[in-house]
Amino acid sequence: MIVYWLCFILFLVGLYGVITRRNLVKIAISLSIMEFSTFLFFALVGYFEGGVAPIVDPADPVKLYVDPLPQALVLTAIVIGLATTALLMAVIIRIYRKYGSLDIREIKNLRG
Amino acid sequence: MNPLIPLLVVIPLAGAFLIMILGRFVRNFNKILASVVLLLLAVISFYFLFTTGDQISVYKVGGWEAVNSIPIGIYMVVDGFTAIILCIINLIGFLAVFYSISYIAKYTSEDFFYALFCLMIAGMNGVVASGDIFNIFVFLEISSISSYALVAFGVEKQQLEATFKYQVLGGLASFLILFAIGFLYWRTKTLNIADIRTALGSGSDRKFYLMAEIMLLTGFGLKAAIMPFHAWLPDAHSSAPSPISAMLSGVLIKAVGIYVIIRLFFNMFVISEEMAVLITTLGSLSMVVGVFLAIGQWDIKRLLAYHSISQMGYVVMSAGIGMILISRGIRLEVAGLAVAGSIFHLINHAAFKGLLFLNAGAIEYSTGTRDLKEMGGLAKSMPVTSATSFVASLSISGIPPFNGFFSKLIIIIAAVMAHFYLLAALAGIVSIITLASFLKFQRYAFYNKEPDREKKEVREVPFPMLFSMVVLSIICLLLSLLVFPGIRETILTPATDILTDPSKYSTYIIGL
Repeated sequence: MIVYWLCFILFLVGLYGVITRRNLVKIAISLSIMEFSTFLFFALVGYFEGGVAPIVDPADPVKLYVDPLPQALVLTAIVIGLATTALLMAVIIRIYRKYGSLDIREIKNLRG
Repeated sequence: MNPLIPLLVVIPLAGAFLIMILGRFVRNFNKILASVVLLLLAVISFYFLFTTGDQISVYKVGGWEAVNSIPIGIYMVVDGFTAIILCIINLIGFLAVFYSISYIAKYTSEDFFYALFCLMIAGMNGVVASGDIFNIFVFLEISSISSYALVAFGVEKQQLEATFKYQVLGGLASFLILFAIGFLYWRTKTLNIADIRTALGSGSDRKFYLMAEIMLLTGFGLKAAIMPFHAWLPDAHSSAPSPISAMLSGVLIKAVGIYVIIRLFFNMFVISEEMAVLITTLGSLSMVVGVFLAIGQWDIKRLLAYHSISQMGYVVMSAGIGMILISRGIRLEVAGLAVAGSIFHLINHAAFKGLLFLNAGAIEYSTGTRDLKEMGGLAKSMPVTSATSFVASLSISGIPPFNGFFSKLIIIIAAVMAHFYLLAALAGIVSIITLASFLKFQRYAFYNKEPDREKKEVREVPFPMLFSMVVLSIICLLLSLLVFPGIRETILTPATDILTDPSKYSTYIIGL
C-alpha cells in the first residue's frame, strides 16, 4: 500500500511545484512530475506480487501474468504527454522572446 | 453496429491531414476542404438526431465482440443526448469555419488554422461519441492541444500569456482525470462506462469511489470552467481569434466539460446525494459570481467570456437539481424537467454565445477595437451585425420569444417544483443582471453617440461573416420551437430519458 501513497505524494509534489514556482520552465517541469506520477500509478495498478510479463507460454499455463492493459494505456498517455510538453515549451520560448523574462510576476498583461 | 459513427472522427482527421499536405499546392484548398468537412459532419449529426430517437447505436472499434457479455473492445456510442451535442459541435463548427474565410485572411499560415480547427472538431466528436473513459481522455487531449495552439494563434504577448495559463490549468485537469481513470480501473478492472456502472452498482466501496468522483469533477470542472476553476477562461476566450472564441465558449467547454460531467455522473456513477448537492452548489456559485464579474467589464470579449461562466452555471445547477431528486428517489418527473431544462439551455447557449462572439469579432474586424468605450453609433454603419447581436442579447437575457427565455423558464419552474426556492430566485435575479449587462453592451456599442475618431469609414463586414451571423440568429429564434409538444418529444425527451433512467444506458450496452 505504501507504494501507492508514495506515488500520490509525488503527484502532490508536482502540484506544489505548479502552484509555488515562479519560473515558467520550472512550472513545466512540475507538470511533468505530475504526469509521470500518474503514469507510475497506472503501472502499479497493473502489477501484482509475483506477476511476470504477459507473454503467454502454452507450456506453463498456471503462470501469473501482470495486467497488460494499463501498460498499453501508459504508452498512449506518454505520447500525449510528449505533445503537451513540446507545445508548452514552444509557448515558453515564444514568451521569453516577447517579454525577455521567464518570471511569472512580470507576465501580467491580462487582469480582471 | 452503425458504420456511420467512426466517420465522425475519421472525416475531420483526414481533413486536417489533407489540408497540411495539399494546402500549400492548391490555392484556397484549405477553406473549401474545411467547410466541406464540417458541412458533411453537420449532415451526419443531424441524421443521427432525427433517426436515433430512443435507441442507442453502438460501434465496436476493430469488431471485438463482447465475451460472456463483458465488453472488451473500444465502444463508440450514439444516443439521444450524444446526438444533440454532436449537432451543436458540427453546426456551430461549420458556421465558424465559414466565418473564418474572411476573418482569418488577415493572419498568416491559414493552413495551420484550418488543420487545427479540424483536429479540434475530431477531438470533440470523439469525446462525445466515446463509450469508454480512457478514450474520452485521449480525444479530450486531442481537442485540448489543438485549442491551446489556436488560442495562441496570434502569437502576441496577450495570446501567449493566455495560452500559458490555459495550458497549465488544462494540463493539471488532464492529469487529475487520468489519475481518476486509474483509480476506477484499479477496482473495477474495466474502462467501459456501461461496464463500470454495473461494477459500481453491485455493492460498491463508497469512500473509494468518492475520491474518483471528486477528482473527475475537479478535472472536468477545470475544463468546463465551473466557478472555483474558472480563472483561465476569460483570458483564453478573449485572446483567441473570434471564430475560435465562438467555438471555445459555444462548444468546447460543453463538449469536453459539461457533457462529460453529466454523462459520467448520471450514467456511470451511482448518483449519491452529497455529490449532487456539491454539483448544484458549484453550479449556482458560478451562475452568480460569473455575472457579477461580467458586469464591470469594458472589453467585449471578456464580458462575453464571463457570461459563459454564468450561463454554464445555469446548466450545471439544473442538472444538479435533477441529480438531487434522483438520488432521493422522489418526484422523478420533476427531475426529468430539470434535466430537460439543463440540456435545452446547453443547446441555446451554444447558439447565442457563438453568435455573440461572432458579433464581437465582426466589430473588432471593422473598428479594430474591443473596448466598449471607444465604440458607439455602429447601428448605422453595421446594420446586420447590430440586428443579429440584438437578437443574441435578448436571447441570453431571457426575453420572450427567443430561446433563452424558454430554457430559463423551464429551469426556474423545475427549481420551484423541487422546492429549491432560493435557487429559483437566484436564477431570476442573475437573469435580470444579465439583461442589464447586455443593455450596456448594446448601448455603448451600437446606439451611443459616435466618438470623434479620425473619420475612419466603418463598413459592414464581408458576406461569409454576415451569412454565419444571420444563420445563427435564425437558429436562436427557431430553437424556441423545441419546447412545443411534438418537437420536444422527438429531440429533448430521448436525451432526458437516457439520463434520468439510471440503468438504461448500461443495461443496453452490456446486453449487446
